[in-house]
Amino acid sequence: MAEARAATAPGPADAVISARGLDLTFQTADGPVHALKGVDLDIRRGEFVSFIGPSGCGKTTFLRCIAGLETPTGGTLSVNGMTADEARRSRAYGYVFQAAGLYPWRTIGGNVRLPLEIMGFPRAERDERVARVLELVDLAGFEKKFPWQLSGGMQQRASIARALAFDADLLLMDEPFGALDEIVRDRLNEELLRLWDRTGKTIGFVTHSIPEAVYLSTRIVVMSPRPGRITDVIDSPLPRERPLDIRDSREFIEIAHRVREGLRAGHVDE
Amino acid sequence: MRSLVPVLVVVLGLLALWYAAVPVMNAAETLTRAERAGAVIDPPTAVERRDLSGLTLALRNPGLLGESWSLERPRLPAPHQVAAEIWATTWDEEVNGRRGIVQSGSFSNRSLIYHGGITLAATLSGFLIGSILGILLAVGIVHSRTMDLSVMPWAIVSQTVPIVALAPMIIVVLYSVGVQGLLPKAVISAYLSFFPVVVGMVKGLRAPERMDLDLMRTYSASRGQVFWKLRLPASVPYLFASLKIAIAASLVGAIVGELPVQKGGLGARMLAGSYYGQTVQIWSALFAAAVLAALLVWVIGWAERRTLRAMGVAG
Ligand SMILES: Nc1ncnc2c1ncn2[C@@H]1O[C@H](COP(=O)(O)OP(=O)(O)OP(=O)(O)O)[C@@H](O)[C@H]1O
Ligand SMILES: [Mg+2]
Repeated sequence: MAEARAATAPGPADAVISARGLDLTFQTADGPVHALKGVDLDIRRGEFVSFIGPSGCGKTTFLRCIAGLETPTGGTLSVNGMTADEARRSRAYGYVFQAAGLYPWRTIGGNVRLPLEIMGFPRAERDERVARVLELVDLAGFEKKFPWQLSGGMQQRASIARALAFDADLLLMDEPFGALDEIVRDRLNEELLRLWDRTGKTIGFVTHSIPEAVYLSTRIVVMSPRPGRITDVIDSPLPRERPLDIRDSREFIEIAHRVREGLRAGHVDE
Repeated sequence: MRSLVPVLVVVLGLLALWYAAVPVMNAAETLTRAERAGAVIDPPTAVERRDLSGLTLALRNPGLLGESWSLERPRLPAPHQVAAEIWATTWDEEVNGRRGIVQSGSFSNRSLIYHGGITLAATLSGFLIGSILGILLAVGIVHSRTMDLSVMPWAIVSQTVPIVALAPMIIVVLYSVGVQGLLPKAVISAYLSFFPVVVGMVKGLRAPERMDLDLMRTYSASRGQVFWKLRLPASVPYLFASLKIAIAASLVGAIVGELPVQKGGLGARMLAGSYYGQTVQIWSALFAAAVLAALLVWVIGWAERRTLRAMGVAG
C-alpha cells in the first residue's frame, strides 16, 4: 500500500492532482480508441485549471479519470495523495456533469440535499446547507420546485449547487455552461470566479470556449485528439480579481490568441 | 365529456350487433317453440332443419323469431335479459330478497355481490403476494448476476404452462397438506400476477441512465443508497404499468381457481351456470368479472396518478 502511494504521488508536495504518463484506451466494437495518451499534469491547491480542445480529445475522459469514474490503462494518477478511486471513496470532489442530470422526482431542494443525505450530514445542517448553496447560485425560493418547472440554465445552476453542497475542496466541472446563452453564461462565470476566490477551492473546468477558459483560469490546458493528449499548458498572468471587461484588455486578448494558436497547432498535427 | 361520444357509439354498435346475433344463435330453439304453438316452419320437419345453420333458419322464417329475445334458456341471451339478471342478483336480491343484506344482515349467496366479494378477496390477496414476490425477485435480479441468469428463464417457463391445467393441481396439492379456501386461489392469482411485475420492475430498476448512476458513484453511495434513492424512485412508473396488468391477471387466476372448487365466487357461478344451461347466469357473472376488472385497473390508475403527481413526475 505504501509503495502504491509512493508510486502514485510523484508530483510536487502541494499538488492536488498529479498525472504522469496517463494512458486510457477504450476497447470498443470498432477496435481500440486511444482516448488519452501520455498525459502529464500537476494541479496545485487553489488553482483554476481549464481544459480546452476539439470534441473527442479526451477532456471528459481525463476529468472522469480524476473522479475515479474511469480506470486508466497506463501511467499514474494521484488525487489528494491517494489513488483516484480512494479519493472518490473519501468524497474528495464535487462533480458537475455536462448535463444537469437532476433527479426528476426530487425537488430542487431535494436534489441538492441528495449528497448530504448520502454522506450522512445531520438533518439540521442539511437544510442550512441547501439554503446556503441555493442562495449562492441565485435559486433561493426555488427549493420546492421540480426540475421541469425550471429553465435549462436554472437546472444547471441547481446541479452546481448540488456539487457545492457538501463543500469538497476539489470541484470538477464538465462544460457546465455549454448549453447556456452568452448572457447567463457571463453571469455564471462571474459568480463561479467569485466563489473560487472566496473559498480557495481547486477547480478543474472543461470548456469549448476560449474566452471562458481565459477569463476563468489560472492555467489553461490545451488538448488535441487521436490520441487525446496535452499539447500546451498556458499560465495566465491575469490577476485573481477579474471584472467582466477584463476581456477587452490586451493581456486577455494575447492569452486568447495563444490558446487559439495552440488549438490550431493541435489540428495541424493530425 | 367529448370523449364519451366515441365510447357510447362503440357501446351502441356492440349492443346492436349483439341483438342481431340473438335470433341467429337461438333460431333452432325459437322455431321449435313456434312449431309447438302451431306455426308452419320452413323447412317443415325437424330432420330437415337439423343440418341447417342458424343464419339460414332465421332468414327463411323472419316472421317467427319474436321469442328469440325472451327465451328461458337461450343459447345466447339478449342484453336486456342479462341486465335484468344482473339487477335481480345484485340490488334486488340484497335489498328485497329474504337472504339479502337488508333482511338477513349478510350478503345473499345468490347475489353477484357476494360472489364478486369472494373473487375480489382471492384476487387482492393473490395480487398482494404476486406483486411483493415480483418486486423481490426483480430486486434480486438487478443486484445479483446469478439471480439474473437463473431466475428469469424459470419465470418465463412458468408462464408457458397453461394455468387451466395447473390450477387443479395446485388446489389438490394444497388440499392434501390441509390448505383450502382462499389461499389456493390466491396462490394461483399470485402465480399469474408476479410475472408482469418482475418484468416491469427489472426494467424500471435498470432505467437510471449512466450519468444518474455516475452521480451516485461520485458520492461513493452504497448499493442500498443507490437502490432507495435512485433505482426505486426511477422504477415507479414501470411498477404501476405492470401492476395494472398484474391485477387483471390476478382476477383471471382467482376465477380459474374457483372453477374446480365450487365454493362460491364468480368462477363458480360461471361453471354452475354452464352445468345447468343457465346462460343468462354465465353472462351476468362474466359481466360482473369485467366490471370488477375495470374497477381494479381504474383504482391502480388512480393510485398511479396520485403517486406520480406527488413525485412531481407527471406534469
Ligand atoms: N465509454 C467509452 N467507450 C468507448 N469510447 C469512449 C468512451 N468514452 C469516451 N470514448 C471515446 O474517447 C474519446 C474521448 O472522448 P471524450 O468524451 O473524453 O471527449 P471530449 O473531449 O470530452 O469531447 P466533447 O468535447 O465532445 O465532450 C472519444 O473518441 C470517444 O469516442
Ligand atoms: Mg466531453
